[in-house]
Amino acid sequence: MIGTDSNFAIELKGISKAFGPVQANRDINIAVPRGTIHGIIGENGAGKSTLMSILYGFYKADSGQIFINGTPTAIPDSQAAIRAGIGMVFQHFKLVQNFTVLENVILGVEDGALLNRSLAKARLELTRLSAEYELDVDPDALIEDLSVGHQQRVEILKALYRQADILILDEPTGVLTPDEADHLFRILHGLRDQGKTIILITHKLREIMEATDNVSVMRRGTMVATVKTAESSPEALAELMVGRKVLLEVDKVPATPGEVVLSVQDLRVRDEQRVERLKGVSFDIRAGEILGIAGVAGNGQSELLAALGGMMAATGSVTLNGAELPLKGAGADGQSRRLAGVAHVPEDRHHHGLILDFSAWENVVFGYHYDPKYQKNALFMDNAAIKADTVAKMETFDVRPPIPTLPASSFSGGNQQKIVVAREFEQDPDLLLVGQPTRGVDIGAIEFIHKQLIALRDAGKAVLLVSVELDEILSLSDRIAVMFDGKLMGFRDPAQTDERELGLMMAGMTGKGEAA
Amino acid sequence: MERLPRWADVALVPFVSLMLAAFVAALVLLAIGQDPWEAITVMVQGSLMTANGWGYTLYYTTSFIFTGLAVTVAFHAGLFNIGGEGQALLGGLGVAMVCLFIPWPHWSLALIGAATGAALFGAAWAAIPAYLQAKRGSHIVITTIMFNYIGGSLMTFLLVDVLRPQGKMDPATAEFPAATHLPSLADMPGLNLFFTRDVPANVTLFIALAAAVAVWALLWRTRLGYQIRAFGKSEAAARYAGINATKIIMVAMLISGGLAGLMAINNVMGDAERLLGNSASGAGFIGIAVALMGRNHPIGIVLAALLFGFLYQGGAELGMWTSIPIEMRIVVQGLVILFTGALDVMVRMLLVRIFALFPKAPRAEAA
Repeated sequence: MIGTDSNFAIELKGISKAFGPVQANRDINIAVPRGTIHGIIGENGAGKSTLMSILYGFYKADSGQIFINGTPTAIPDSQAAIRAGIGMVFQHFKLVQNFTVLENVILGVEDGALLNRSLAKARLELTRLSAEYELDVDPDALIEDLSVGHQQRVEILKALYRQADILILDEPTGVLTPDEADHLFRILHGLRDQGKTIILITHKLREIMEATDNVSVMRRGTMVATVKTAESSPEALAELMVGRKVLLEVDKVPATPGEVVLSVQDLRVRDEQRVERLKGVSFDIRAGEILGIAGVAGNGQSELLAALGGMMAATGSVTLNGAELPLKGAGADGQSRRLAGVAHVPEDRHHHGLILDFSAWENVVFGYHYDPKYQKNALFMDNAAIKADTVAKMETFDVRPPIPTLPASSFSGGNQQKIVVAREFEQDPDLLLVGQPTRGVDIGAIEFIHKQLIALRDAGKAVLLVSVELDEILSLSDRIAVMFDGKLMGFRDPAQTDERELGLMMAGMTGKGEAA
Repeated sequence: MERLPRWADVALVPFVSLMLAAFVAALVLLAIGQDPWEAITVMVQGSLMTANGWGYTLYYTTSFIFTGLAVTVAFHAGLFNIGGEGQALLGGLGVAMVCLFIPWPHWSLALIGAATGAALFGAAWAAIPAYLQAKRGSHIVITTIMFNYIGGSLMTFLLVDVLRPQGKMDPATAEFPAATHLPSLADMPGLNLFFTRDVPANVTLFIALAAAVAVWALLWRTRLGYQIRAFGKSEAAARYAGINATKIIMVAMLISGGLAGLMAINNVMGDAERLLGNSASGAGFIGIAVALMGRNHPIGIVLAALLFGFLYQGGAELGMWTSIPIEMRIVVQGLVILFTGALDVMVRMLLVRIFALFPKAPRAEAA
């Protein structure tokens, strides 16, 4: 079967894969020229991950062929993928936290029972790779001491050490600061210039424009187009992804803030290990105002939401419409908060916002299951009323498919998020806590959720928005606070700041560049 | 991942598991020089082909429904209650106290009283491990197992040193008064046409079936059941929703222990009519297998309890009518538990592969 154009590092021909009734990939054809960075973009559930899982041997395609460097190759498991020169950097790193960089790199490819020789060899190789690709990582550092950006570089080193010529990165910038992301792209460009082939999976149009040579767009399991990045535009790509014109900018009128709704004074939270995660945070939010909290994940934003949502004990003082909210003990729980008028779209819909095994209708009352309108009598819940309510919410929020009895796990990420958003937005709260409202959500749904958030603001609600997406913070917020290491670095007016300044603050510098 | 059609999931998987268990059991019988066909004939003959056999099969079934439901309620709260045995023993103590020390005018009133006593004592025995789990984080699997032994020892002490009537040798209470004797199925109008001899299966069977309905309603129709299931699926999400973990752990375990305790009205009040040592005789453990095989759903549990009732009674018949050692019944039960419980995933994967050989036309767009 030789005769395929071997200028292509990877060629997929007619790949199809179905999961039960769901056709995740349908007759996918793609050719990735060697020595290029190839973006794959598409909404959640478009089939990007399935396609890459087939390429990396996690799934077996129902039909179709894979050619690596022009040779038809079967990839039954990830070992075969590695042998074929494919390396994968996952969204969630697969590193042993209490091993050193060196130990992680040789894990699984040791030369023998005794480690010394492997370690020495790896040290040499690592030094060479680090120097060559601007990957500077200390081989003796423990993973747990490294920043997320460095950990990602270890993953890249692991792949290179296994002699990967083709590198697949799955949503690599989700956990990085803008600076770290820029560094990553420099590394990727360096790798490409050395002849490596890189596949970059992302849902961020900006990254595609910045980093890739070519881009393939997937929609609903099919490959709708492959274009040269330089000849395309974000608007054109977004339209290809969604299948219709998309408004990338959020359309909103200036806020008209009213009375102070939420007042937070010196809020502190310790985690289960007694480590202080929130180190004295103070701010107000007024009615009809969105306060956006920017920051790299893990700097106390989650704890802020958890403390305000009644999920974690805290100290300090929090008032809602002038009334004190208990921060620990009785009254500091999710139900009391909801009764007080706080709705909460949690950061992690899989862990907190939804019970994936529950059907959609059971999830629509989750947290509000005590509400009298959902009870038939003192003994039984009114399941019929809940289902009717679910149908109504699904229609208002355009949840697809609108089947209340389907388990939450059967919906795509965007539709799962719409279920959570529908539940929380429709409670007519005074204060809305929103964490990563569009994480893993497709562009069409992002547009919708953003519109709903602005509508709530305009209806006079106070909104606390936590997001690691700077674009989102910048376009939605009326005021921005940047969080770093459990403290607020300062407040900014979104009209008078930019990603550069916020990025520096997110890294712990104040706007003028000095350390805090 | 790939899924099976629902009918295959609920019916085909258990059936195939069961056939595999039967096949291996047949191999074991062949290996010890016995005739598997004779064994199955004797088992079916002795448990399902005569009224008397049914009288025993249904008696065992009744006990297993209670202990299976007990495991299920705890399971839906994410708790593995292995203490059904101890809770059933203590339930027996509750029954004995109510029957011996309160003068009852009629068996129906005595049944209500004894059921209350059984449930309360069983629940109390589950309350301590539940509290330790909720407040101290002591793992409920460990504590409930230990409480089985403590319960057994406590019962031995009470039966030997406290409750044994003067002048009697065996460690048991006095016979319960005649007014507390429950009607067996042979005493009931209509059923007595079928059951012409006295059988151990008694009116408790209907209480067990009612309990199955009640557990279904509790779990899938009430707010408490909703909270129990939510907590069992995801503790983190339950915290987000403001569901009180301590309350759910305590309530679920009290209900679970109460159901296990209720078993005692079947064996202690309905059959033995006095409290003997080791009264639960392993039914608490069988409940785990019943719940596993019944997929933690009351309908499945009733069916699985019936299967284990058959295995129990059929196994006893083997010991009586053949030279197959009585231990064979434990082997068969073990195989059934192994294949329906532990190896469930293996059978499921096998069926998924087989179903994948017959692909259906794709029906939906990628979600």
